[in-house]
Amino acid sequence: MSFLQAILDGLLIGGVYAVISIGLTLVYGVMGIVNFAQAEFLTIGMFTAWFAWAFLGLDPVLAAPLSFAVAFAIGWVVQGQLIARVLSAPSVAQIFLTVGLLIVIENGTLLLFGSQFRSVTTSYQTISLSLGPLFISIPYLIAFAMSLACGVALWWFMRASWFGRAMRATAQNPAAARLMGIDTALMYKMAFALGVGLTAFGGAVILPYVTVYPGVGGQFVVLMFTVVVLGGLGSVAGAVVGGLSVGVIQSLSSLFFPIQLQNLVLFIVFILVLAVRPQGLVGASR
Amino acid sequence: MSSPLLDITQLRASYGEAEVLHGIDLSVSQREFVCIIGANTAGKSTILRSISRLVPKSSGSMRFGGVDLAALAAHQIPALGIAHVPEGRQIFPDMTVEENLLLGAFTARNARDLPARIADVFELFPRLRERYRQLAGTLSGGEQQMVAVGRALMLRPKLLLLDEPSHGLAPKVVEEMHQAFKTIHERGTSILLVEQNVELALDVASRGYVLEAGVVTLAGTAAELHANPAVVTAYLGL
Ligand SMILES: Nc1ncnc2c1ncn2[C@@H]1O[C@H](COP(=O)(O)OP(=O)(O)O)[C@@H](O)[C@H]1O
Ligand SMILES: [Mg+2]
Repeated sequence: MSFLQAILDGLLIGGVYAVISIGLTLVYGVMGIVNFAQAEFLTIGMFTAWFAWAFLGLDPVLAAPLSFAVAFAIGWVVQGQLIARVLSAPSVAQIFLTVGLLIVIENGTLLLFGSQFRSVTTSYQTISLSLGPLFISIPYLIAFAMSLACGVALWWFMRASWFGRAMRATAQNPAAARLMGIDTALMYKMAFALGVGLTAFGGAVILPYVTVYPGVGGQFVVLMFTVVVLGGLGSVAGAVVGGLSVGVIQSLSSLFFPIQLQNLVLFIVFILVLAVRPQGLVGASR
Repeated sequence: MSSPLLDITQLRASYGEAEVLHGIDLSVSQREFVCIIGANTAGKSTILRSISRLVPKSSGSMRFGGVDLAALAAHQIPALGIAHVPEGRQIFPDMTVEENLLLGAFTARNARDLPARIADVFELFPRLRERYRQLAGTLSGGEQQMVAVGRALMLRPKLLLLDEPSHGLAPKVVEEMHQAFKTIHERGTSILLVEQNVELALDVASRGYVLEAGVVTLAGTAAELHANPAVVTAYLGL
């Protein structure tokens, strides 16, 4: 596999990493909570898309908005009923809550759906485009394009819409935000729901090339934390840079090392970056 | 006389166990300019924060245009026409001046006259026009205070609450700021000003309250307060 090919593959997969990780950084940026259950919403998104495919015949990519909506609704309730109670509590309480949530979701899906692996078949699953010497896998390309569209929509929402602006204001100074007439509790619900919705969206778009089972979130959780810390915890732009970097690093390292060492290389780069820039690549700017 | 715009009776407020305001009576009439003076920690900010519902524990009656403020949450207050410029400015540092101003009109976001409101702020503080696309956190202290006041004016408030707006500013900027308050008042906005600089406060306001340790110890017209020996020795340093 050529060097260019590895970079291309890395970018395509990194775009998806970015979208599934943005939620983690968004929730932290807006309310200072580290959601250890974030990756479980990837599982929820994948199951939603799988059932939509199996029973409604919907392509997983088209089911992505549905996955987003399901996770958004769950996130809304979780924030309003659970997380809101620990917002000003010691971080130990926050960690217990989100780790507890992780355990509940993982075992809940196990109980409901069993431990078997499920995958989808689509017409484009094994097709790739050739672009000169390079090959572009269609499912990877579609997942990347969907992630990109989602990222652009989020960017627009945060920059140009009233609620996005209000959400950023809440992140920067919640008391002042309330003086502006912003319902901060509503903003927290919106941020959490949006965050887990984006992760679920990412889960749906990778379904054509990743099998779903109740533990699939655990497969991504370390990666998601690597992405957001590498980019700068709390920074949405950082999650994008972090996601693309992680994708490219993984892909390049597989050129030179056995696949088992892929994450070792990633963590070496991770530690080196943090040694030089503890605030992450993009820093803490929002 | 018609009933006042803001009417506070027997306001008590506490942080945790400690009561900070021990039964305050205070009112602001339509188009009036009122000030609260008093030493540090007297509870001046707590009065304003109680009006804006940012103090979790308060009792007594607070009515604004007949509406019971105690029944509302903090984020519902601006919709009544109350804008609060908090102590220490509290602008949004990582957002542009434009975004800060727009956020001031968050409850009026569907109003069609937002460009006109921004133009009014520019007229009052021309320097903000040059800084429009800059991050508010990068501005000087005086400019940040202009952002804080401009942001509040975007609401086109009936009542403007100002908490030590000249604190830490250069004398020239303080003068400019107080000139702006006079203009805002002349255009029809009622103002409740908290100010450490008593000389300046009594110059712009027509009426005032002296607050000591959570109790109003004196109230009267600016001229009366200015002539009161107790005020002179305690606050005017003469
Ligand atoms: N958030 C808070 N928590 C606990 N005590 C507070 C808080 N804010 C103010 N206080 C206390 O309330 C009293 C009045 O404070 P404040 O209203 O800020 O006074 P002023 O504005 O007149 O300086 C002070 O003793 C202060 O220490
Ligand atoms: Mg104060």
